[in-house]
Amino acid sequence: MNGGRTLRMVATTVVALLLVVLLWEGYKWMGGQTDDHWPGTSIGLPTTTDDLTMPHATDIVGELFEEVRDGRARLPLYLFLLKKGWYTFQEAAIGFTFGLAIGMGLAILMLRWRVVERGLLPWINVSQTVPLIALAPIIVTWGRLHDLPDIFSISLIATYLTFFPVAVSALRGLQSPDAAHLELMRSYAAPWRTTLFKLRLPAARAYLFPALKLATTLSVVGAIVGEISIGTKTGLGRAILEYAQRYAVSPEHLYAAVLGSAALGLSVFGLVSLAERLVMKRTEGMQRADEVVA
Amino acid sequence: MSGPVASEAAVVVSGVDKVFNVGSADEVTALSGIDLTIGAGEFVSLIGPSGCGKSTLLRLVGDLLTPSVGEVTVFGKSAHAARLDQDYGMVFQHAGLFDWRRVAANIELPLELRGWSRADRTARSAEMLDLVKLTDFGDYYPRQLSGGMQQRVSIARALSFQPKLLLMDEPFGALDEMTREHMQLELLRIWRETGTTVVFVTHSISESTFLSSRVVVLSPRPGRIHSVVDVDLGDRTDETREDPAFFAKATEIREALRADKDVG
Repeated sequence: MNGGRTLRMVATTVVALLLVVLLWEGYKWMGGQTDDHWPGTSIGLPTTTDDLTMPHATDIVGELFEEVRDGRARLPLYLFLLKKGWYTFQEAAIGFTFGLAIGMGLAILMLRWRVVERGLLPWINVSQTVPLIALAPIIVTWGRLHDLPDIFSISLIATYLTFFPVAVSALRGLQSPDAAHLELMRSYAAPWRTTLFKLRLPAARAYLFPALKLATTLSVVGAIVGEISIGTKTGLGRAILEYAQRYAVSPEHLYAAVLGSAALGLSVFGLVSLAERLVMKRTEGMQRADEVVA
Repeated sequence: MSGPVASEAAVVVSGVDKVFNVGSADEVTALSGIDLTIGAGEFVSLIGPSGCGKSTLLRLVGDLLTPSVGEVTVFGKSAHAARLDQDYGMVFQHAGLFDWRRVAANIELPLELRGWSRADRTARSAEMLDLVKLTDFGDYYPRQLSGGMQQRVSIARALSFQPKLLLMDEPFGALDEMTREHMQLELLRIWRETGTTVVFVTHSISESTFLSSRVVVLSPRPGRIHSVVDVDLGDRTDETREDPAFFAKATEIREALRADKDVG
């Protein structure tokens, strides 16, 4: 049953990808036929369909196998992107880990002391309205001032985006047990810490995982934006920046790099989904058994 | 009150008032002038319309709430000390099981908190599963069980550490009539087998009549004890429900409840 489910998921993904390619190429073909107008009207299409704006899907994919220069070496673009992606992945992973720890820590503090919640929650919300592009140089300058490696500063930017959904949803999850559960723990004279570990944290898992999935993609965005604003020599962000500047010459490169970062986002998303399945296995088993009983 | 009586009392509530939101505009007197003594081994029901404070009274006994005036003692000590000593088990209207724990692990939760060894816990939860007739269900998850079965797990959890007092807050309120009657018989069997004192909150006249040795009738706004009805129907079976003596008692309780309404 589990294998069947995985197979179905893979099949759905492939079909969805094919659909996107079909739409892309169909739109492009239509634009070519009607000189970029909706058929039978004089209304222009939102985007032009020439090869510069919309390269053929086959060209983008084909570009992945063309050789590019990486320092003195030459290697296919997909390998180049994998290499850069691995670097960005590390930044994102460090950022995600810190974001998780800080978010959980803040949530527990806010749970423990209502004063902290009232004082801190507005600031946590405000923190996310500061534009990243303004914040990044501050973090970088601060990091260099203290002789910290750039990867640390970039991870910190990823952390900044990640901790927010974790803190907010973890707090909600920790507060989710109903009155009867809390009264039960009270009737056992359970200290606060015991209630946290036996009741609140297990109950919070169902709230936490959706936020963690969001946090993974945010951590990748944070890492890429961090790379771009810091001006690192490596990473996917760097590649995107370079290809953006050369867009007029070879648009396929930028599209391929965007594909690469999407693939990176998807793979970290997949990692967290996998972790969720391992941790929440019990809930999964429960639902399946429920179906059997019903 | 003489010495021996006091030592046999499981619960003594004396001169208790409970006021919520003291000093604010929505101040509510939930209970007023409550005096009640429950003997060890008794099965006492608290009955009354909603808002009469019956659940509040139960929570005062369990030290989940503190009285505004007066005092509650449980087995000769303060309700607070009794809670810290975990002298009572509690069963709520909704089973309140932890979804992420198997049935056996749910029953073992209070034992775990008391630091029992794994072997002791396993042995006791197996015993408890037998007691509530769920022997083969230890490895199931709560959601795989019916409402009645979940409530039996909840009772097993409350009894797992063999408390001398069981506090039950409308435990069968969410069950259908058939399951409910079955659970009532099961509860009486368990009560006889364990010798536990039971304080049982309900709003069902027939349920309180069928289960209890005494029924405490509460009247609302503010919650007071209207009357206490002794119910002596001997050993209860399904036949008891059709016994004229059962109807007579139920009528007596119904009239006590109705008398409140006439006053209000």
